Amino acid sequence: MVGRGAMTNSIEELTGSKLLLVTGSNTTETHPVISLRMKKAVKNGAKLIVIDPRKIELTKWATRYIQIRIGTDIPFYNAVANYIIKNNLYDKEYVDTRTRGFEELKKHLERYTPEYSAKICGVSVDDIIYTAKEYAAASPKAAVCYTVGITEHSCGTHNVQALANLGMLCGNFGRPNAGINPLRGQNNVQGTSDSGSLPTDLPGYQKIEAPGIVEKFEKIWDVELPRKRGITKISAMDQMIKGKIKFLYVVGENTVVSDPNANHAEHALKCVDFMIVQDIFMTETAKLADLILPASSFAEADGTFANTERRIQRVRPSISTPGNAKTDVEILLSLFKVMGRKHKSEKPADIWAEMSSTSPLFSGISYERLENEGGIQWPCPEFSHPGTPYLHKNQMESGEAGIFSPVDHIEPAEPTDSEFPFVLSTGRRRSTYHTGTQTGKAKGFDKLINEEYVEINPKDAQELKIDELDVIKVESRRGSVEAKAKISDKSPVGAVFMSFAFPETTRTNDLTSDAVDFITETPEYKACAVKLSLIR
Amino acid sequence: MLKIDLIKIEVNGTPISIPQDKRVLDAINLSEQKVPTLCFDERIGPQGTCRMCLVEVKIKEQMSYVASCTAMVEENMEVFTHSDSLIEYRKTLLELTLSEIKWDQKSMDDTSLTNDEFKMAVEEYKPTNFFPKLQTREKVKDENPFISRDYDKCIACYRCTNICNDWEQASAITIDGRGQDSKIFSFFDNKLMNSNCTFCGQCINTCPTGALSNKKLELDKPVEKTKTKTICPYCGVGCGIELISDGKKVLGATPDFSAPSKGSLCVKGQFASWDFVNSKERLTDPLLKNEHGEFEKISWKKALDTFREKLKGSIDNYGPDSTVWWASARVVTESNYLLQKFARTVVGTNNIDNCSRT
Repeated sequence: MVGRGAMTNSIEELTGSKLLLVTGSNTTETHPVISLRMKKAVKNGAKLIVIDPRKIELTKWATRYIQIRIGTDIPFYNAVANYIIKNNLYDKEYVDTRTRGFEELKKHLERYTPEYSAKICGVSVDDIIYTAKEYAAASPKAAVCYTVGITEHSCGTHNVQALANLGMLCGNFGRPNAGINPLRGQNNVQGTSDSGSLPTDLPGYQKIEAPGIVEKFEKIWDVELPRKRGITKISAMDQMIKGKIKFLYVVGENTVVSDPNANHAEHALKCVDFMIVQDIFMTETAKLADLILPASSFAEADGTFANTERRIQRVRPSISTPGNAKTDVEILLSLFKVMGRKHKSEKPADIWAEMSSTSPLFSGISYERLENEGGIQWPCPEFSHPGTPYLHKNQMESGEAGIFSPVDHIEPAEPTDSEFPFVLSTGRRRSTYHTGTQTGKAKGFDKLINEEYVEINPKDAQELKIDELDVIKVESRRGSVEAKAKISDKSPVGAVFMSFAFPETTRTNDLTSDAVDFITETPEYKACAVKLSLIR
Repeated sequence: MLKIDLIKIEVNGTPISIPQDKRVLDAINLSEQKVPTLCFDERIGPQGTCRMCLVEVKIKEQMSYVASCTAMVEENMEVFTHSDSLIEYRKTLLELTLSEIKWDQKSMDDTSLTNDEFKMAVEEYKPTNFFPKLQTREKVKDENPFISRDYDKCIACYRCTNICNDWEQASAITIDGRGQDSKIFSFFDNKLMNSNCTFCGQCINTCPTGALSNKKLELDKPVEKTKTKTICPYCGVGCGIELISDGKKVLGATPDFSAPSKGSLCVKGQFASWDFVNSKERLTDPLLKNEHGEFEKISWKKALDTFREKLKGSIDNYGPDSTVWWASARVVTESNYLLQKFARTVVGTNNIDNCSRT
């Protein structure tokens, strides 16, 4: 492991890469503007390898498309790494000077021969060798881009570690046009983590359990702080059902629709004594609340968002909040006040200044700089620092050697069987966003897509006698939904795909499993077992 | 640092130093002077089709005319941008162009144009002589919800097709026909919904005349409008957008070309970033659920008092860890910072998380 959940490199750098390895990312749909830079890279002569169970649009630009079986990323990348080591294609000097654990990794990978992994992954031996040779040849200008196709598995963290091993072997950390790049999903998911809204981290990813950190913040905030790490969202759901959580405060997210095993999530929220939702719409989740506080949309907000390449950018209000609604910052300030603890800084610029002063990661970024220079990428420790386009330049950001993590293949938690023979992966489509609360209200978008579809391979459709736009029932061990069939060779044989943007008619997450990554507790949205039946 | 060889040239007598791999247009811009361009969009590079940027250059006593967007700079080059003959030339060129399209005062007042180079050229060169119009072009029947096409305003500058092919790589549109019959066309039935078009809107944003325009923008209303630079509310790419508002409502959005995203947007940022803001379904008052399970409007004071009472009850009876706080990936970082600080300093729990897992 080397760092944090953000792109190691910058979006624009992709256009100068020699090779892009895109895996578990339907980039043209989920990050259309990044896909432009990928296509530009191809035009500039870069090779593009797309490794994905689904034959996504980006495969049209690919030098090679490798259709990997769902949930077999680790054996694939392990075999690639093994081949690179065996054939001395790795960067020895980099491995010697910047990493540790190489010998253990080498030994661990021995059984992952291309032949062994090819069978597990449902790919050809040549696919693995090709990827290894091309990745090594293009290094250190080989960039890996991934999205939730890699992380939304019960072995998601290990998937990322397998990719990071590859990156370190060939010296792709700390070099321009390279890196291991997660493309993050929501407009400010990066900034939310940056802010310390995590059960284990204070602002700027400063770990509660690291020595001296809590003491440091106690001094800054002049108050005694809790020492015990908090519980994640997924654990909190279980605790709610056990009756241990009495009070829940939710800001702007549609948990009931977006969380896996939706019936379970809804049940959990109903177990809480008092639930408050701070949001802009009466979402499915808000309906369960006892108290709703009307908040601001982005168009009324004053503050910053951080994007997937760690760039802090200014968000400026265009209008004021409707009716008696308040901005999110105003609401939070009034919570401090009503508890008799009036917050000292009240303007977004001052709140930012307070937050950034607590964290070396962005202590050099001020609103004044953002105004004059535009967005700035962290780390940015000083006002004279220009920001950081790519991480780990002379050494890993951790200050220590990058550690190789030997990882093993784990099948998805819920395998298919004779009763539930299909794998369901959920994901997103370009013209809808997340649970549809925003795009669902945009005029004209109903003409692009106005209901949920189940994408199914032509061969499977033929076997089940399903025609285009037939209504089919999709059933898992947890629930069932109906949607129209879309016959498409995007879906591999034996797998179907759905989004979750039309909760009023099709609540896709009634189907998904509550299996989670055993380290980060990220749900396994990419694989659960379902059966299909034709309704009409 | 890479060493870049600078060469010296003069623009209208102003000496400047410029890297030798630059073009004459870059030199003119660097010297803070201006020539009109119509077909130029820096994201797709020089096209050299409109000829509006023609300038006189002198190298080794040799005078010649070059299109400044395509010609490279050379050592000791002298550039002249506004000689009498060039001014006359540009006026005639505009008169010829205007003779082929429908252009009137209403077009000059159109505030929906993202690029106003054409308008500025008309203002600067004041064309007066027009040639009789040969024909009006056919109206487009395309029921797509976002992009309207008016062939009567098309000057065939190729910016839209170039941006679609070279920048977006969608190849949804092309120029069909020649001369006065040329028009922007999409395969195969000229309906964008059936083409490769992803409705990213880049063609609208690069069009200098409004031949391509945003069907959703309600900008022709004569009200005071402000533009606010901000960030698109959708995915984690964080493209820059400008929101257009009349002070009460957001009327539309255009890309922010000065942002790192260089004006790129997808269908969501281009066409879906404001309807939800103006929606009648927005929550406008605090709501409290009554004993029948119905929501009732309440004042902020009552809402905050209820909050305090319930929170205190929970902490006093079950301890701070009986509370859970979920931040949002949709709101500004500053708000999330306050939420986690509230949970930790006022309540005394680390039970704070966000949706980055789900």
